[in-house]
Amino acid sequence: MNSKPTNVVIAGLGGQGVIKASDILADVAFSAGLDVKKSELHGMSQRGGSVSSDVRFGERVFSPMVPEGEADFLLVIAPDQIPVNAAALRLGGSLIDPSQIDESSLSNKKSINVALLGVLSRHLQFPVEAWTAALERNLPQKLHDANLQAFSIGRAAGQTLEQKIGQKR
Amino acid sequence: MQYSETKGVILDDLEQKQALALLSGDEAVAMAAFDSGVTLGTGYPGTPSTEILETFETLGGKAQWSPNEKVAMEVAIGVAFSGARALVTMKHVGLNVAADPLFTVAYIRLDGALIIVSADDPGMASSQNEQDNRRYALAAGVPMLEPSDSQEAYEFTLRAIEISERWQVPVLLRMTTRVCHSKTVVRRGTMAIPPPHSPHFEHDFPSRVMIPAYAKPAHRRLRKTLAEIAAWNDEAGPNELIKGSSSLGIITSGIAFQHVREAAPQASVLKLGMTYPLPLERMRAFAASVERCIVIEEGDPYLVEAARTAGIAVDAKPEMYRFGELNSTRVRRILNGDISSEAKPVPGKPPALCPGCPHRNVYTVLKDLGCIVAGDIGCYSLGVLPPFQAMDSLVCMGAAIGVGLGLRHSLPPAEARRVVSVLGDSTFVHSGITGLVEMVYNPPESGHVLVILDNGTTAMTGMQEHPGTGRTLNHAQTGKVIFEDLARSLGVRNVYVIDPAQDLGKFQDLIQSCLDKKELSVVIARRDCLLAARSIREYERCNEQQAD
Ligand SMILES: Cc1ncc(C[n+]2csc(CCOP(=O)(O)OP(=O)(O)O)c2C)c(N)n1
Ligand code: SF4
Repeated sequence: MNSKPTNVVIAGLGGQGVIKASDILADVAFSAGLDVKKSELHGMSQRGGSVSSDVRFGERVFSPMVPEGEADFLLVIAPDQIPVNAAALRLGGSLIDPSQIDESSLSNKKSINVALLGVLSRHLQFPVEAWTAALERNLPQKLHDANLQAFSIGRAAGQTLEQKIGQKR
Repeated sequence: MQYSETKGVILDDLEQKQALALLSGDEAVAMAAFDSGVTLGTGYPGTPSTEILETFETLGGKAQWSPNEKVAMEVAIGVAFSGARALVTMKHVGLNVAADPLFTVAYIRLDGALIIVSADDPGMASSQNEQDNRRYALAAGVPMLEPSDSQEAYEFTLRAIEISERWQVPVLLRMTTRVCHSKTVVRRGTMAIPPPHSPHFEHDFPSRVMIPAYAKPAHRRLRKTLAEIAAWNDEAGPNELIKGSSSLGIITSGIAFQHVREAAPQASVLKLGMTYPLPLERMRAFAASVERCIVIEEGDPYLVEAARTAGIAVDAKPEMYRFGELNSTRVRRILNGDISSEAKPVPGKPPALCPGCPHRNVYTVLKDLGCIVAGDIGCYSLGVLPPFQAMDSLVCMGAAIGVGLGLRHSLPPAEARRVVSVLGDSTFVHSGITGLVEMVYNPPESGHVLVILDNGTTAMTGMQEHPGTGRTLNHAQTGKVIFEDLARSLGVRNVYVIDPAQDLGKFQDLIQSCLDKKELSVVIARRDCLLAARSIREYERCNEQQAD
């Protein structure tokens, strides 16, 4: 029997980099040699409507869509999109949203998508170098610095969060 | 990369190493087309098919946008007549436009390959209907393959070429949104096909000239060929049997296969890769080998009907699952016969016209003037939503003009005078030109007003070029259709070009004066799409530099 895939749903509004974030995550998992499927509906996203993207990875993945209520992680870039996507998250799954980041510390506010990936990276097994490489592959050169910074900020925030949760336990 | 007579595509070492990639189904089709030496890719943009030609071009293939799908299909047919390999891509509704050549090219003996991609949109993520184009394969008698992920999109494209050349028929590659747009792992170069023929022409009147005398035997020949292909499909077609429990057997195809494997990992599965003509004997044997056999398919009950007509006893999904996409949750419900109502998703934020979009100004004015707006498809369709609520109809591309004329012909004068037809520049080229001819030929008594929203791009599908931009698919300079000259040459006397974003009052006055005229008017509202404007300037600068 195959082990179950990891399910991540990334959501936000058109223009916030939802698809970019899911491309980067899928690339990291793919580079680790895992089976990966990534799916979203795009078409009219540039007009600021809701966008969401599913990324699944593991030993073997069948459906490209994360089944409802089975997301291990829900990463939401626009806070008002949390209720829209909440049903995706499984019981005990983690919500990752901008409240976990000090947005004012980002050198480019638009990198919030990548900062949230930084938070997510704490929960996954992939080495930091794999993330950095995927960021560089998927973003134009001139955005590398801002996004590497955003990723570190997110990763650090993810760590503090983990510690807090650990203390509570 | 090179070809070998026996092995087909040969990848060198480096390419072998790079051969694993995470690709969308669209990208995988493009890669297969490139790897198999497709001479020309044609098409018209349409979600979810658009990226195929764009990727094919990026890879180094020759790809071009046609004014519409019918023309794209005809160009591709010509390529296949020469012995070369042709790929033509479109969304599902595009095949309606191209249906006329489709039904007759099915009779014609091709020298090369003709691969027709129909990208269906179950669930209507970005379409005006959810028609199931598997029906076209059956109706036209065109063999059809249905990939279920990107690896199959790659391999089935190659197989389609093989089948097309072996039996000298066109082949339909039927994709769906989730196959086109999902990214999955693809290994390149897994399949070898022979190299393409070298293009040349030989007269062959009975094979290519479909006058009745030649079409009658051609139709018989087609049915005979289809019977041969069906027998081959039973024996050696791209179908897969997964042996599982003998109590439950599932016949499925396309993306539904993936949901099935997830929802019922223990079931026996017959996955059909070629869904026209069907491998009916395999289906019959499979159904007989399990206690309960159910067909799980997205969209119409296409496979179920075919199985039952052939006397194969299968269960079908309840009617409620005809609507929208399937997913593993829905497949589980189907297997359990669950027809209780499904949880409604929390509505997301609907798309809206970009702030500063030139279409906004047009709708503001049309609403203020109390117009009845026969609308069309494009970004500007969003004019139907608040705050504008200023578009009264949407049928299919180009329908704005005909529908507007029909309203003018039949409404009482006071209302008829307020009717305006509105469509975008790409839509106008696609299928508005014949509407304009109708307007000149059968003018309503009250005259008519046509507004062309010329934002310099096909914005809706992601900023593709079209004949009105004067640039090709890869943005190089080419012949340009000038709308105002075209309208004048057809005899429309009142033709205006105006920037709707520059002076709203002036724009409003112009529309008002056209409405008052009782004559035919064409207003070209010209202002670049806000999101495309920078690229357009960049393309123009590059092209000017090259001209110098
Ligand atoms: C037959 C058919 N082909 C393709 C499409 C997809 N499609 C819808 S609108 C459109 C063109 C939109 O471009 P334009 O008219 O220039 O309007 P814009 O989006 O730029 O405002 C396309 C390609 C379709 N709906 N029907
Ligand atoms: S993409 Fe262009 S045409 Fe579409 S809404 Fe935005 S500005 Fe308008």
